Amino acid sequence: MAKYIGKRLLYMILSLWMIVTATFFFMRIAPGNPFASEKKLPPEIEANLNAHFGLDKPWYAQYWEYLVRIVNWDFGPSFKYKSQTVNDLINEGFPVSFLLGMEAIFIAVAIGVILGIVAALKHNRWPDYTAMIVAVLGISVPSFIMASFLQYFLAIKMGIFPVARWESFMHSVLPAVALASTPMAFIARLTRSSMLEVLANDYIKTAKSKGLSRGVITVKHTIRNALLPVVTYMGPLTAGILTGSFVIERIFGIPGLGAHFVTSINNRDYTVIMGVTVFYSILLLVSILLVDIAYGIIDPRIKLAGGKKGE
Amino acid sequence: MEKLLEVKNLEVSFQTYGGTVKAVRGVSFDLHKGETLAIVGESGSGKSVTSQSIMKLIPMPPGRITGGQILLSGDDIVPKTEKQMEKIRGKEISMIFQDPMTSLNPTMRVGTQIMEVLIKHQNMSKTDAKNRAIELLRLVGIPMPEKRVDQYPHEFSGGMRQRAMIAIALAANPKLLIADEPTTALDVTIQAQILELMKDLQNKMDTSIIFITHDLGVVANVADRVAVMYAGQIVEMGTVDEIFYDPRHPYTWGLLASMPSLENDDKADLAAIPGTPPDLTNPPKGDAFAARNKYALAIDFEEEPPMFQISETHFAKTWLLHPDAPKVEPPEAVKKRIRQLSSTFEKPVIVKEGK
Ligand SMILES: Nc1ncnc2c1ncn2[C@@H]1O[C@H](COP(=O)(O)OP(=O)(O)OP(=O)(O)O)[C@@H](O)[C@H]1O
Ligand code: SF4
Ligand SMILES: [Mg+2]
Repeated sequence: MAKYIGKRLLYMILSLWMIVTATFFFMRIAPGNPFASEKKLPPEIEANLNAHFGLDKPWYAQYWEYLVRIVNWDFGPSFKYKSQTVNDLINEGFPVSFLLGMEAIFIAVAIGVILGIVAALKHNRWPDYTAMIVAVLGISVPSFIMASFLQYFLAIKMGIFPVARWESFMHSVLPAVALASTPMAFIARLTRSSMLEVLANDYIKTAKSKGLSRGVITVKHTIRNALLPVVTYMGPLTAGILTGSFVIERIFGIPGLGAHFVTSINNRDYTVIMGVTVFYSILLLVSILLVDIAYGIIDPRIKLAGGKKGE
Repeated sequence: MEKLLEVKNLEVSFQTYGGTVKAVRGVSFDLHKGETLAIVGESGSGKSVTSQSIMKLIPMPPGRITGGQILLSGDDIVPKTEKQMEKIRGKEISMIFQDPMTSLNPTMRVGTQIMEVLIKHQNMSKTDAKNRAIELLRLVGIPMPEKRVDQYPHEFSGGMRQRAMIAIALAANPKLLIADEPTTALDVTIQAQILELMKDLQNKMDTSIIFITHDLGVVANVADRVAVMYAGQIVEMGTVDEIFYDPRHPYTWGLLASMPSLENDDKADLAAIPGTPPDLTNPPKGDAFAARNKYALAIDFEEEPPMFQISETHFAKTWLLHPDAPKVEPPEAVKKRIRQLSSTFEKPVIVKEGK
């Protein structure tokens, strides 16, 4: 196990290095620079700014400096906001995004799994059809439309929830639901099909032939096995919630990391874009590792020894 | 001997898109305490459906028991509810399936899967159940059971998994064990070991066994009596000697003639039965075997034959046993083995309805 995790960490560092490098060079190829916006700056001032941020140095020096700083968990100053560092932005925005993301993941998993289980247990009867209509809607309606829809009906028309901003728990409900709707629908369908697959297995017949009750068979023999694919989906789910939050945070005016990220792209704020990209990559890689470890714990057939999977 | 199980005129059908499949069409047999009955027949003849009906394990819907009785120690289980069946399954009747690779839950320890039965039916505590599970694993011949009890199915070989399945099936000392092709998925040496184990345990526990197979070679080894099934009906039933040495039904002749055997290995002997079984959505008029039967008479396409009794224990459902039927000779391979059995009646008698 320790050997497996060590090996995975090594791969993680390798992928991170590649991501950092790719981001760095893409940023350089991209046309324009952070100071090339509205007003044309006098050339002296631009040279000064470039010197201040180290943009006058050759690319390999910049690249090396950047790598060293990232290793020290220092993403540098923001080009745009004078007194703020990228670390400040992350420290300030991430807790908000994290809370929103966790809420969305919780909603997506809890409701998705329940819908999927009910649909499978009532296969081809009305609860199944209802759950699957909900799922198709959830998958086909993009989150930003879902967001506007929720804002219009639940906030503006009925006044149950606040329209936007980030002040209380009530403020977080609509954005979390909007963010969760697509993955929730996906999880519902995944759970349903995997439940149906498990229910058709011989070992369910064995369990029945032992005289176990339907409840015991469902909980102990069916759901546990049916949830394995859902656990695998947790990695992509995290990624989906992360990227989804860019849009949702903008729509609801939430001061999270996603909103900062979008703003920084508009501003060509190099250091922020790169810093947040690297930060997101780390987040994603860690969550995928956690998912794999969790999977190994739930499914005894997968051995996490020496990095080899399976029997 | 005491009758443990009596199946009377059992009828089972499945509702499918193509229509109603009459999978079992009036099957009757009985089983005594400690006895082994083999059910043989080609694929789709209704062996599994018959045996799973005895535990009410067929999926309902689409399946439905449309008629008949299944008396377990005199008590009809057909009208019983699922809740009542839970007390019978695993305790009175248990089952072993064909494929040991898929019949155990892959994410549950083997020991736990045995313990479930003990906790449910014997009211054992967790610790007692675990100790008993270890004992059971030892009983079915699994080495180092203390260690094996905590392992998962994928750590067991196919033969060991089938042994574990037998441990699960026998955990609550059932009166009846149904084994649905328990050795088909195993290689020959393991097959022999599993059969040996089943016989051994049967002697120790005095369990009755229904043994389903399409391997007649296995039948001679394990069974006391044999029922031959064709198209959802039992077409011949008798003791092992009667079926092997004095078969009367052309379908049984076909099965015996297509069985490879050591003593007569001339190539001509290995004859497959021509054609395929009939579509059970619309069973043919007359005898279901007529279209594939070279001995078929005119009446066979018109009217279903009754059951004839040839001895106290031997029954066959064919017009050939009727006094007016022409004399026919069984195929060479079968004729060679035929012996005069002392218990045979003077001449076959038609069995009245309800037998
Ligand atoms: N769930 C089901 N739905 C519809 N038809 C079914 C179902 N289960 C069985 N049948 C039908 O019942 C008939 C008997 O099947 P059964 O499984 O009993 O055959 P079998 O004798 O056990 O064959 P095998 O040797 O292949 O196991 C077949 O025609 C099959 O198509
Ligand atoms: S009844 Fe007729 S068709 Fe059926 S097995 Fe006997 S001879 Fe053949
Ligand atoms: Mg079968």
